[in-house]
Amino acid sequence: MKKKFNNIIQNIRTNILNLTFKAKSSHIGSCLSIVEILVALYSGVLKKKDKFILSKGHAALALYSTLYEKKFISLKTLKSFGSNGTILMNHVSSKVNGVEFSTGSLGHGLPFGVGKAIKFKTNNQSNKVFVLMSDGEINEGTTWESLLFASHHKLNNLNIIIDYNKIQSMDFVKKVINVEPLISKFQSFGCNVFNVNGHSVNEIISFLKKKSPNKPKVLIANTIKGKGVSFMENNNLWHYKNPNQFELSRALKEIKKKYA
Amino acid sequence: MRKVFIKELTRLNKKKKNIYLVINDLGYNVVEPFRDNYPKHFLNAGVSEQNMMGMSAGIASEQCHTFVYSIANFSTFRCAEQIRNDVDYHNLPVTIVSVGSGLGYGNLGYSHHALQDYSLMRSFPNMLILSPGNNDELTSSLKFIVKNPQPSYLRLDKDESIQDNQNKYLKIEPGKPIKILDGSKKNVIIVTGKMQSVAQNLVKKKYRGYSIYSLPIWGMKTKKKFFNSINKFSNIITIEDHFHDGGFGSWVGEILKTYKNNINIKSKYIMPESIYEVGSKNYLLKKYGPK
Repeated sequence: MKKKFNNIIQNIRTNILNLTFKAKSSHIGSCLSIVEILVALYSGVLKKKDKFILSKGHAALALYSTLYEKKFISLKTLKSFGSNGTILMNHVSSKVNGVEFSTGSLGHGLPFGVGKAIKFKTNNQSNKVFVLMSDGEINEGTTWESLLFASHHKLNNLNIIIDYNKIQSMDFVKKVINVEPLISKFQSFGCNVFNVNGHSVNEIISFLKKKSPNKPKVLIANTIKGKGVSFMENNNLWHYKNPNQFELSRALKEIKKKYA
Repeated sequence: MRKVFIKELTRLNKKKKNIYLVINDLGYNVVEPFRDNYPKHFLNAGVSEQNMMGMSAGIASEQCHTFVYSIANFSTFRCAEQIRNDVDYHNLPVTIVSVGSGLGYGNLGYSHHALQDYSLMRSFPNMLILSPGNNDELTSSLKFIVKNPQPSYLRLDKDESIQDNQNKYLKIEPGKPIKILDGSKKNVIIVTGKMQSVAQNLVKKKYRGYSIYSLPIWGMKTKKKFFNSINKFSNIITIEDHFHDGGFGSWVGEILKTYKNNINIKSKYIMPESIYEVGSKNYLLKKYGPK
């Protein structure tokens, strides 16, 4: 039986592959690893008043493709990705309808999200804030500065999702700067931490809907960089490389078969 | 100027109601009037300038005007990329308030001296610099920025002296110099920041007969307007409590190279040799400052 979210997941992954090829851009692995997280947020979690910040701005195309599926932007706009004279730059831009905040330099999304969350809390507003970060961003000092502040102020309207695909720019996370033990690190900074399957839309939705009394919530979403395309999975070459025509055809065939 | 700033900000928020004041664990015996009047709009971010600036942008993105109060370099260089990407690029109403312009912190030393802040802040396209020369210019600049919220940098002198003030609001416009002393129509001294006394001394000696102007609000986007205001002059002397490189005099020089004119310019500034010597503000200014 075809799973509930297969169509949208297939469409997003197909657009990521096609448009990365067309724009000759990079970060295809980073885009493919967050598809289910974005589907969960936009299909079952975010309300109109809530705010979503993509802190790993290099995965812009995954967000643009999701925004197209959810009718924030047109197909014409989506297809302009990375082209001269357009607004869809390869790092996410708030000039695009539906995008809350431009990022591209890591470690900027969480402080900005904390600002929104503290404003909502001090004004007794029920808006929630969701920040999606990469595991490489855990290296940034701002991550820990923000967590200290967020837990001190009991920002239970703040939801942080870590795309834990375990590969950062140059190599595996454990070889660059080991971030483990991750769960207890976030717990010791005063967060409610949940370790989830980052490719299960239903699991992500159910954990994001859980209440987090008096504490910021952290979802460690265990994902696979390059998810969905066998030769891109767990290979940091696809942080940089764009596919050639042969690789694109092979990847598209795999995606079609997997989600049909 | 700090206490005047807090008093005026507290007064302005009575009507505006959307002003937040964020500090990084300093401002003791200064910020309390705002904190006590608006406790929910006052946040101590702790000693974490990057989070403070990003968070202030986040607050400002929710229809608020955030004032980020700190000392000299902490709210500028320490979080420069947050100012560039989060505040200026998103064109958000965050006013960065820096206390201790120039050599204001005297023998606390170079870490606390604001000598390159203009160079950083004037490199951002949306940023307005507010560098008032006295308390009247301060309250008038503040009133302007609260009425026209945008990325901005308010540079305060640490000195609380009340001389040269008439306790009135001035008609103030970005890029438009205010006349301080009437004199020659062609030869002028243009000052920014609290350096007007230096200009007053110069017109008594070397530059007798020169007019004095102050420019309290300026930045990248006011260049053309400023040029139109000064195009009638022949000789301009600029004065600032900042290095020459990237400073106010260099800003005026860039403008004169951009638009056709016959104006001569000379700049007076703080010498970089000042950075290793210990001394009070007055001692260091006398030795290394504009004269």
